[in-house]
Amino acid sequence: MRKDFRSPAGEIYTALRDVDLTVGAGEFCAVVGPTGCGKSTTLTLVSGMERATAGWVRVAGQDVSGITKGVGFMFQTDAILPWKNVLENVAAGPRYRGVDKRTAYADARDWIRRVGLAGFEDRYPHQLSGGMRKRVALAQNLINEPRILLMDEPFSALDVQTRALMSNELLGLWDLTHPAVVFVTHDLEEAIALADKVVVMTAGPGGTVKAEFPIDLPRPRVVQEIRFEPEFVDLYHRVWETLRAEVDIAYSRTQSPAGVTR
Amino acid sequence: MTSVTVAAAGRKTRRSGAHAVRRKLLVHGVQVAVLVVVLGFWQLYVGSDSRKIILYGVPSGIVGRLKEWITVGTAVGSLGDQIRVTLEEALLGFLIGTVLGIVFGLAMGRVRFLADVFGPFIKVLNSIPRIVLGSVFVLAFGLGLESKVMLVIVLVFFGVFFNAFQGAREVDRNLIANARILGASRWQATRQVVLPSAFTWIVASLHVAFGFALIGAIVGEFIGGLQGLGVLIKTAQGTFDANGVWAAMVIMGAVALAAEWLITRLEKRLLRWRPPQLSGPDL
Repeated sequence: MRKDFRSPAGEIYTALRDVDLTVGAGEFCAVVGPTGCGKSTTLTLVSGMERATAGWVRVAGQDVSGITKGVGFMFQTDAILPWKNVLENVAAGPRYRGVDKRTAYADARDWIRRVGLAGFEDRYPHQLSGGMRKRVALAQNLINEPRILLMDEPFSALDVQTRALMSNELLGLWDLTHPAVVFVTHDLEEAIALADKVVVMTAGPGGTVKAEFPIDLPRPRVVQEIRFEPEFVDLYHRVWETLRAEVDIAYSRTQSPAGVTR
Repeated sequence: MTSVTVAAAGRKTRRSGAHAVRRKLLVHGVQVAVLVVVLGFWQLYVGSDSRKIILYGVPSGIVGRLKEWITVGTAVGSLGDQIRVTLEEALLGFLIGTVLGIVFGLAMGRVRFLADVFGPFIKVLNSIPRIVLGSVFVLAFGLGLESKVMLVIVLVFFGVFFNAFQGAREVDRNLIANARILGASRWQATRQVVLPSAFTWIVASLHVAFGFALIGAIVGEFIGGLQGLGVLIKTAQGTFDANGVWAAMVIMGAVALAAEWLITRLEKRLLRWRPPQLSGPDL
C-alpha cells in the first residue's frame, strides 16, 4: 500500500511506499524505525482513521473502509476522557455499543481489577499517575476484546521502571484475550522483549518495510530480565545492524535543509 | 528527625489556618471600608441640597425609595411584579439564546460545510449593533414579553455561539479518534466527547451572556414596555427621580449577583473533573 499526504501548500508528501506487511491472528508484531518513517501512519491506516492512497488494507479478510471493527488503539498521548472517572472510561466501549449499564460496569470492574487499578474506579484521570492512565487506556481497549490491538509508542511517556512494569503487564494481559498486536516503538529493546516478530522500516519519506525478524525467545517472558539472555543479545545485534543504517539516513536528512521532516 | 519534621508541619498548618481567617477578615474589612467611603462622600457632597438630589440622587434617598417600593409599591405596580417580569424575560431569552448558541456553535465547529456557508452571515449579524433590533422587535411583537425575549436571545446568542464554536474546534483529535475506535457513532462522539470538552468554553461565556440577558430585558422595556425594572427606571427618569433610577439599579445588581452565584455553582458542578490549575486569583 501507499499513503500520500497533501500539505496545505498543495505539495504531496509520500509517507509510505510499497508497504507489504502481514500480521497473523494472535501475533505480536513490533514495528521499529527511525523518526518520520511512517510507523504511526501504518497504524492509522489499519485502524481506518485514514485511507490508503493506493493499495489495500485488509483485516480478517475484509477491506478496511471507515473505522475498522474489532480494533483497539492505544495512543502515544492520553486519549481517555478527562471528565469521566476510571469506571466510566473503561465501560465506554460497551456503552457505545449499547450494552446496558449494569453489565458494562460489571465488566469494566473486572478489567479494572485485571490491570491492577481496583479501588481507583471513581478517580478522575488527573488524579492518576501516567502509568495508571495507561492502564485505564489498556483496560478500555481490552474490554472490547479486539482482534487487533494497535499501539503507537504507548509507553514512551513513562519513566524507565514504570515502562518495564507496564510492558510485563501488557504481555500478561495479552495472554488473556490474545489479540494480534501491532506495537510501534523506537525502542529496539522493548520491541524484541515483547514481540514475536520485529519489523524494521526504512527512513521516510516514503518509508517501507526493510526487513522482518522472527523473535523465537520462549514465553512467558520477563521483560526486565530477558535482555540479559545471550539469544536476546544476539538478536539485538542482528536487528540493530539493519536499523542503524536507516537511523543514520534519517539523521542526515534532518541535517540537510532539502530533507523533509515531519 | 521525622518527628521534628511532622511537628513543624503541624504547627505550620495551624498557623496557615489562622492566617486564612485573618486574611478573609482583612479582605472583607477593606471592602466595607471602600463602600463606606464612597457612599459617605456621596452623602456628604449632596447633603440636603434639593437641586443636587434631583441631579445625582443621594444614598439615604435611595434607601428611602427602596423602602417605599417594598411597602407601598411602585408607580407601575408592586415591586415584586416588576422584578418577576424582567427576570422572566431575561431568563427565557437567556435559556433559548444559550441553547441556540450551543447547537449552532457545535454544529458549525464540527461540520465544515455549515461553517463555510453560514460563516459570513454570522459575521455580518455580529458586527451590527444588535441593540437597535429592540425597536424592530417592539414594532413587530408589541409591548409584551415576546419582544424583550427576542432581543435577549439575539444578544445572548452570539457570545455563546462563538465560544461553543471555538470549543468544538479545539477538541483533542485523539479523544474523538479514541471514542470512534471504541465504537462510538458520530453522534455519540459529538455528545460524549465534543460537548463536554467544549463546555469549558461554553460555561465561560455564560457569565457574560447573563449580563447581556439583563441588558436586553431592561433596554427592551425602555424602548417599549408596560412593566418591569426598565419601565421603572424610565418612569423615574421621566419624573426627575434620580433616587428611583439608582434604587432600580441596586435591585438589578442584587439580581445579577444572585445569577452570577448560580452560574458559578453550575460551572463548578460541570467542570469538577478538572484539576485545580488556576494560577491567578478567583473572582
